Amino acid sequence: MGRTKKMVKEELANRPDNTAFTQQRLPAWQPMLSAGIVIPGFVIIGLAFIGIGVALFVTSQSIQLLELDYTGVEQTSPCFKCSDPNAKNCMCELTFSTDTLFKGPVFFYYGLSNYFQNYRSYGVSKDDDQLSGNLDNFKSPSDTCAPYEYDRNNKPFVPCGAVANSLFNDTFKLYQIVNGAKKVVPLDGKGISWWTDYNIKYRNPAVTPLKNAFNGTVKPLYWSKPAYELDPSDPANNGFINQDFLVWMRRAALPDFRKLYRRITDGDYAEGLPAGNYSLQIAYNYPVLSFEGRKKVVFSNVSWMGGKNEFLGIAYLVIGSLCVVMSVVMLIVYAKFKFPEEE
Amino acid sequence: MTWRSPLALVREALRGQRAREKDLRNLASNLPYEGLEKGKQPNRYFPGNAIKTTKYTLLLFIPMNLFEQFHRLANIYFVGLAILNFVPVVNAFQPEVALIPICVILCLTALKDAWEDFRRYQSDRKLNNTPCLIYSRKEKQFVERRWKDVRVGDFVRVVCNEIVPADLLLLHTSDPSGVCHIETSNLDGETNLKLRRTMSGLCISHPVFEPESFNSVVVCEKPNNNLNHFKCYAEKPDKEKVGAGIESLLLRGCTVRNTDHAVGFVVYAGHETKSMLNNNGPRYKRSKLERKLNINVFFCVILLFTMCLIGALGHFLWLQALPVVPPFLVPDSNGHLDSPSLSGFYMFFTMIILLQVLIPISLYVSIELVKIGQIFFITNDIDLYDEDTDSRVQCKALNITEDLGQIEYIFSDKTGTLTENKMVFRRCSIMGTEYPHKENGKPLSSCYSTFHWVSHSCRAESSSSSSQKIDPYLDFFLALAICNTVVVSMATAQRQRVSSLHSRQTNNPLNTLSNLVKKPGSLHRIFTFWQRKPKRNRTISEDSVTEGDDFNPPVKTEEPGDINGLQTCSLYAPSQCNMPATTSDNLSYEAESPDEAALVYAAKAYGFTLLARTHDSVTVRLPSGEDLVFEVLDTLTFDPIRKRMSILVRHPITKKFVLYTKGADYAIMELLGTPYAGMCRQHQKNIAADTQHHLDCYAKEGLRTLCFTKKIVSDKMYESWLVNRRRALAAIDNREELVMDTAVQLETNLSLLGATGIEDRLQESVPDTIVALREAGIQVWVLTGDKPETAVNIGYACRLLEDEDLVINMSCKNKVRRPLSASLKVGCLTQNPRNVDTTQDISLVIDGRTLTMALSSDLQDRFVDLAKRCRSVLCCRVTPLQKSRVVKVVREKLKVMTLAVGDGANDVNMIQAADIGIGISGQEGMQAVMASDFAISRFRHLKKLLLVHGHWCYTRLANMIIYFFYKNVAYVNLLFWYQFFCGFSGTAMIDYWLMIFFNLFFTSVPPIMFGIMDNDVSAEMLLGVPELYRMGQGAGAYKFSTFWVSMLDAFYQSLVCFFIPYLAYQDSDIDVFTFGTPLNTISLFTILLHLSIEIKTVIHWVIILGSVVLYFIVTLAYSGLCITCNPPSNPYWILQSQMADPMFYLICILTTVVALLPRYIFHVLRNSIAPSPLAQARHLDRLDPSTKSELIKEWRSFRGGGQVKRSRLSTPPSPTLETPVDIHLQSPISSDVMGDEFILNVITENYQRERNVNSEESEEKASKLQSLMLFLWKWSVHTPNPLVKRAELSLAYFILQ
Repeated sequence: MGRTKKMVKEELANRPDNTAFTQQRLPAWQPMLSAGIVIPGFVIIGLAFIGIGVALFVTSQSIQLLELDYTGVEQTSPCFKCSDPNAKNCMCELTFSTDTLFKGPVFFYYGLSNYFQNYRSYGVSKDDDQLSGNLDNFKSPSDTCAPYEYDRNNKPFVPCGAVANSLFNDTFKLYQIVNGAKKVVPLDGKGISWWTDYNIKYRNPAVTPLKNAFNGTVKPLYWSKPAYELDPSDPANNGFINQDFLVWMRRAALPDFRKLYRRITDGDYAEGLPAGNYSLQIAYNYPVLSFEGRKKVVFSNVSWMGGKNEFLGIAYLVIGSLCVVMSVVMLIVYAKFKFPEEE
Repeated sequence: MTWRSPLALVREALRGQRAREKDLRNLASNLPYEGLEKGKQPNRYFPGNAIKTTKYTLLLFIPMNLFEQFHRLANIYFVGLAILNFVPVVNAFQPEVALIPICVILCLTALKDAWEDFRRYQSDRKLNNTPCLIYSRKEKQFVERRWKDVRVGDFVRVVCNEIVPADLLLLHTSDPSGVCHIETSNLDGETNLKLRRTMSGLCISHPVFEPESFNSVVVCEKPNNNLNHFKCYAEKPDKEKVGAGIESLLLRGCTVRNTDHAVGFVVYAGHETKSMLNNNGPRYKRSKLERKLNINVFFCVILLFTMCLIGALGHFLWLQALPVVPPFLVPDSNGHLDSPSLSGFYMFFTMIILLQVLIPISLYVSIELVKIGQIFFITNDIDLYDEDTDSRVQCKALNITEDLGQIEYIFSDKTGTLTENKMVFRRCSIMGTEYPHKENGKPLSSCYSTFHWVSHSCRAESSSSSSQKIDPYLDFFLALAICNTVVVSMATAQRQRVSSLHSRQTNNPLNTLSNLVKKPGSLHRIFTFWQRKPKRNRTISEDSVTEGDDFNPPVKTEEPGDINGLQTCSLYAPSQCNMPATTSDNLSYEAESPDEAALVYAAKAYGFTLLARTHDSVTVRLPSGEDLVFEVLDTLTFDPIRKRMSILVRHPITKKFVLYTKGADYAIMELLGTPYAGMCRQHQKNIAADTQHHLDCYAKEGLRTLCFTKKIVSDKMYESWLVNRRRALAAIDNREELVMDTAVQLETNLSLLGATGIEDRLQESVPDTIVALREAGIQVWVLTGDKPETAVNIGYACRLLEDEDLVINMSCKNKVRRPLSASLKVGCLTQNPRNVDTTQDISLVIDGRTLTMALSSDLQDRFVDLAKRCRSVLCCRVTPLQKSRVVKVVREKLKVMTLAVGDGANDVNMIQAADIGIGISGQEGMQAVMASDFAISRFRHLKKLLLVHGHWCYTRLANMIIYFFYKNVAYVNLLFWYQFFCGFSGTAMIDYWLMIFFNLFFTSVPPIMFGIMDNDVSAEMLLGVPELYRMGQGAGAYKFSTFWVSMLDAFYQSLVCFFIPYLAYQDSDIDVFTFGTPLNTISLFTILLHLSIEIKTVIHWVIILGSVVLYFIVTLAYSGLCITCNPPSNPYWILQSQMADPMFYLICILTTVVALLPRYIFHVLRNSIAPSPLAQARHLDRLDPSTKSELIKEWRSFRGGGQVKRSRLSTPPSPTLETPVDIHLQSPISSDVMGDEFILNVITENYQRERNVNSEESEEKASKLQSLMLFLWKWSVHTPNPLVKRAELSLAYFILQ
């Protein structure tokens, strides 16, 4: 018996295998996209989306947001005098008030508009090896940094490149005006950058004091103080792991952006900014009028969905309702044109 | 090696060139020059036998292969882009990375090419080192050498079963009669043995051949690739010329069989041999889809350039609008900024780099992969597997699978394609008496009568020995047995035995005949013994014999079941007749055509057994058991012009020269001459008329007919003819014509013996297949060399023609060819061809002569116009060249996809002319298969090949290509939209590696798998509802509208995919690549789910899910590892942090849904409101089998209208001889309407006696045509049948313009 089987096999050596795969008879599971089947799907999706939309919308509504433009274009603006490019070390003061408690933790952003951090050649203009603490790259930065590579005396810029060079250098101090007196609102500058940036991506060279590592280098052209002296108050916040530097180095995706400056989490303001008058003292350094940009400060509290954004909630609501409407249309269509076989 | 001046070398080279280019070559034996240096060799100019088929050499492989690959425009484009990356001004981030894809593709192709070339090298080396025997003068014997050592002018000895190393002029064989059998299966696949003869008059008749004594000069023609043609002559020292042709040439690659050894003189070696000249690699065809694809690629290029222009212009405007230099604008190292216009110009190229993915680089590679997969599945289809021959479908052309799904016209050969080409002897007519050979009873009647006649004649002879007359019945069967080129091969017996056999038998020929006299009675008894119903059958047969003159066809007894019985009878009658057939049992016949074999087997069935055939004799065993040996004086072989063959033998008893001729009836009938000896002329005429009548009836029954004649050649005539013949054979110029002329000289005044009818049975399911193909919207044309009557009958049998069809029969009686047009301007029947919709029910039968006229340049437009209205067209008596011309004309005039299917060498032209050539590996060798793109073993396989695989391959590939375009546009546009937010600076927000991976890995496998495995509709449905095939015809699924709709969809989706995340992240602190990550993810989901509308099987789900999982794994791993590896993106921990953010998911879900919503809604609405047939079929597919089959029936009756009526006729109408169809219409124009069958015979006659066309004649013709029109008009008034009117109109349109 076995032998005959074998012989038959040998005789028909070319016979293709009769399997579901080779004969293309694999079990098919095919969602037939006819009205009858998709109506429930549309209803489910529609309802779910409406639900999500409502949740998002409500959350977004609960977020408080305060934006203050301090570019100083208008003559009435207290920072008008500082907007003159020739003004040096100009300070201006902005006052604002809140009617209700600004719930904490409050995030304090600075915002720039019409600023193209995503510009192609700008984005490349840095030296990652230098920023990860490689001392060789202190001496000879990568070509990508050009023209912010060496100064006229052929001394290397550290940190080199356009991104670092253009570091945002306005500083802010916030005071609550209590009975005419200024009470400092403590600003928390820790942990405002990405944890990975602070701990892994950017490293200072293992030289103590840090200043020695920067021997033979010059500070970037636009900088007022060298990298190792960025934060005199906290030695761990200097060099390349300065939080403000890290925040700046993460280039914004869009030309109108905000970047986190500080958080208000400490002391009396842990619960938020109480209702009252506030004064924001601005050290106005960064020129933006050259490119018709705007500067602003933003106070916002955050929810699970991040900052205030009504778009997503509305979009969910619209699409959800659309799905429900479509399912009704489908129902009509289904009633009118169903397949005769589905009877 | 002696030093020679360069001048001498050049002179030598020029001389060699001239020697090779000369029309005639003089070749001398190498032996006298053996051992001399090369410059002294007489044949030094001709190439040696070593072959090299490799394309590349080891050193030059890389440059040559690259050169080869850059013939592809796409490759040049991609390399150009890669180079552009290195131009500094375009600011490419990592130019090296851009090289990777094109390098991968080039390397893959190069590897494939290298492997193929290596295989060729290996086989070359193996061939070149095959041992062979070359004569060496030094050693006075044949010594073993390699194939590569063989040179022109050598003597090579080949032994039995050895392969011939070069083209050899056969000089000597071990066979005393100087023949050698070869098998040419390596060359043309034909397995039958072919006979080769030594060059007569040259060979030294010693038992041992001595090459050294060969001192002639062989003059032969320039090498050519014609396998069936060779001319040469040998000039002896005494200036005598001996000619030789292909029959003396052993071709390289053939195998010597049945012959101990043979010695030949090498005339062509190596690449000049006929087999090598015939070896022109695989053909490359470009499919229709690919041609369209290239247009779309072109559109994509335009789109790309437009987008780049927008980018450049945008950049220019953006820069222009900046008042002063902002801090984010980086000047070059000299602190200098380019002017906005220059930057805009550079930006154009940067944009090309950025958006280059728009042109799908992987598309070409993917298409090739998909086709390999499709071919895998086609060749693995068990339904296309033939158990009898153990053969699968073969795909020879690898790149036109999708063309199978777009066929609009099929041109089919008849014999061997529609029919089995297993010939069965059915009827014969001997001396005007008809003998059927149908049932078990029937052979008896003919046997009986034969032996009756034989005994009678023998008695007559014995009584009056002076009588020279041999009975025509005996002659008829003798002619059947010997007038052929069938080779007898025996399983074990040696040639010697057969020879000795006949030498013994020749001694007593008289005994033979006297024995004949005694036998019939006993035979008769035996016959009646094994018959089941002897009595009744005999009466019937007796009747049919007596009524033989007014032919009475036994239609009523025709049953489908009798075919097997018949075969048994015809083939095994002898053994059942208890013949002394010990030797004849293990005889097997190898015939060049199956007809010949059928005739020889038929003769054997009646006791005339062909026992042996040698070059100069043929042995036949008579029914009495005695053997007759005829000396064969000459064989006038078959050629397509004469359409007959003859054999000239000397009768062993009468010693007379007898010429037996067999051939097509029309080639024979006009050669009938002087009456049969001793009979009056009138009688002979009657016989001819009766036979002609029988022949017509045979043809109507669908039988293939052959006539047999005999001629007694007087000694004197033979002598004079022989001189001519010898001269013709020795001629080198016009040899063919001269030889044919001599044949024609002899074949005159033939006397008719009878005719045979051989049935060529239809292959199984041919009618079904044709009906299905027709329902699929394919027009089926049959092109056959057969007679119109035979063809029409086969046409009915295979349902090419239906009973209710109007059959227009076009034939012209006059031989003189003249343009049919003759500028007849009768009336102005300006019939707009558009108004006459493609008629379904007109069929056109046209014969070869008329076809020649119809295809003439002035008429072909009208012919094609008429033919396209006909449901089926039957072309009869067409030559191979006409076949290909028909295909070409239809293909070019109608711009349709054509498919030609055939099995024989005569179909090769047609197969090559069509868009797709299909060869049927059948009885007639492999030539058609060799020339074809696909090879199948049965005609019915065509149904599944086209309707299922063709449809699948086409829809799969079309969908895949469109998907590829969509995918790339959808993805690239994301980058494009981002340019509006980054100052048109060419920034990508997605990591470069991830972008490459996205196209290479994450989204490429699903479409490829869909391209290979997608089944949009099940095979069952496609076979059940052939109309679904129409989806692929014309533009099919791959229309420009489809392309643009998917482009628009891609634009919409990319807009959604970009702007929803944009709006969601507006005014936030999101950074560039964190913004890009959700975009990338959303694109992945959208692009994959876009495909999943068409999702079918579990495998597809697995692959789609696998792609998603792969995306996340790879991206997570990459983001987890790449800290500073890929500036400027360095996507470290970006996806991880995004995946920890609920917003990421919310955005992904919303965007994907919004992007896909319109497409899904459109699909749903279309499927619900106006489902396409495919969607309906898909819907039916999901039902359970019983309701499904019911619904299929219902559907087809609803859609097809006429189909139900037709399918009622489940059995094809069997045309019988009773059908009173008069086909001998002599009047120039006539028509007949018979019962339900409308047969309209339009016989256009040419009155071309005079050369000039006078007006009178035109008028005559015009009036005749007018009368035809009038008749047709009346007819159509009387017949309330709209189709007739349509037929009339198109016919009139054809004739009257």
